[in-house]
Amino acid sequence: MSPGLLPRRARDPLLLLAPTMVLLAVFFFYPLLSAAYTSLFDWDLLTEARYVGLENYRALHESGELSHAFSTTLRFSVVVVIGSMALGLGLALALNRTGAFAAFVRGAIFSAYVISWVSVALLWLWVLDADAGALTALVRGAGLTPRSWLGDPGLALYSLAMVTIWKIAGYSMVLFLAGLQDIPRALYEAAALDGAGRWSRFWNVTWPLLRPTTVFVATTSLIVSFQVFDVVRVMTQGGPVQSTTVFVYAIYEQVFMNLRVGRASALVVVFFGLLLVLTLLQLLAWRRREAAR
Amino acid sequence: MTRRSLSPFAVNVVLLGIALLWLLPYAWMVSTSLKTLPEIVKAPTAPLPAGLNLSAYSDVMRAMPIGHYFWNTTVMALAIAVLQIAVALPAGYALAKLRFRWRSLAFILVVATLLIPAQVRFVPVFTLLADVSLINTMTALVLPFGVSAFGTFLIRQALLSVPDSLIEAARLDGASELRIVYGLLAPILKPTLVAFFLFSFVYHWNDYFWPLVMTTDEAVRTLPLGIALLREQGTGVRWHVVMAGNVALSAPALLVFALTQRHLLRAVSSKAL
Repeated sequence: MSPGLLPRRARDPLLLLAPTMVLLAVFFFYPLLSAAYTSLFDWDLLTEARYVGLENYRALHESGELSHAFSTTLRFSVVVVIGSMALGLGLALALNRTGAFAAFVRGAIFSAYVISWVSVALLWLWVLDADAGALTALVRGAGLTPRSWLGDPGLALYSLAMVTIWKIAGYSMVLFLAGLQDIPRALYEAAALDGAGRWSRFWNVTWPLLRPTTVFVATTSLIVSFQVFDVVRVMTQGGPVQSTTVFVYAIYEQVFMNLRVGRASALVVVFFGLLLVLTLLQLLAWRRREAAR
Repeated sequence: MTRRSLSPFAVNVVLLGIALLWLLPYAWMVSTSLKTLPEIVKAPTAPLPAGLNLSAYSDVMRAMPIGHYFWNTTVMALAIAVLQIAVALPAGYALAKLRFRWRSLAFILVVATLLIPAQVRFVPVFTLLADVSLINTMTALVLPFGVSAFGTFLIRQALLSVPDSLIEAARLDGASELRIVYGLLAPILKPTLVAFFLFSFVYHWNDYFWPLVMTTDEAVRTLPLGIALLREQGTGVRWHVVMAGNVALSAPALLVFALTQRHLLRAVSSKAL
């Protein structure tokens, strides 16, 4: 980095940074400490908070709520990450060319990333409706017995994952397209001169050079899918029988339905720990991406 | 699969099919929104409405003050995007161009906030704002997003490639630091600022989570929240009304996307840089 200019007055940098630092302190760092502190109390927002030590954590663990939220979120994330990446990469490879048709398909797929989660959730709530939904009608029309995509506890989470893939596949496609355009054409020409076929060029040129992008997209979508909330809130409210109660929804439920702020704060602390680990993975991936450039 | 390349025609047919997987749900939404209640009850999956019937849209307008929600949402998203840029410009300038003792630490603090998303902050920020009676206010919707780590980072990176001599010349002319930041550097960074503005505006315009937890009052309710409520108010099979609301919610975003596709795609792929 360039050494930069000397400030005219010693206090200039601090003044310029003051608004940023005040907002960071009040809305980011204080809340984090506050959550850690509140997690040691039994508090319903209305009456006096009561100190309970690590009781909230113990209760979350022993009731199985913590492991349920974790495993639900993890299963959801794994399906979303693998699905959206495979789709995004495939589309990027097929659409990495000029022309109006390719631009049209890219725009169609990316449009879902631009509209709100609420729009997407309502759209699919209607398409997947067990009585009158379009998909239900299609399945029935094909002579098969439709399933209750959102009402079946074994299926609902994966239906939400499918909807999420539909929403974010365009994002991974755009990142993969950017990655593909960084690969020098000369490498493909050299490989073609050596007589390498389509598959050979993919495995020996594209895949290894795309690897840093792949790792980056994987960790980004993992973090995003770990924070899933909107589709759950609009489409299933955590049900049926808790089968879609992901981490953030569990926190929301504890605060706004059960009024257990201490319990919710304990969940927040654990959730932050998980995100921390995932983000550190992302930073490592980022370093590799930079190093590969 | 053969080693020969696939026929371009076959590839295009598959791609068209995939594009339809994205476009047909939109068409289905619009088609449903033009139906009437008897049509929905009798033949919910009929592909086309009997006619251009806008009664579902007037039902939406009767069910909620949609213009008011639209206004709230736009004011909120605009205030957040403008505040983020106004706060990030001087910070990005200090981090990119000035030499001072705590620069690395300040930069790390900014980037570290990427670790603390809204889903982690909402419980403590809710209790904090409740303590000062700010729940159900525009302040509760805007101020917690006043600083954007992504925006600060983006502006800092863009400023690194602006030559120091430009700033030195402005100093010789007697320009104050604020004048240098907002008067000299902001116009130079215009492409970056436009891309970031679009990204931030669309993101917050679409946001559901934060307004949901910070407001219960209709006076500050935003559009995504209001439209989602259409589904919750025991609407039963009134899908034509829900879809009419959904058209109102998604059409502006799709329009902005159609008009600014290039800028927006750049903002998204620069997020990964």
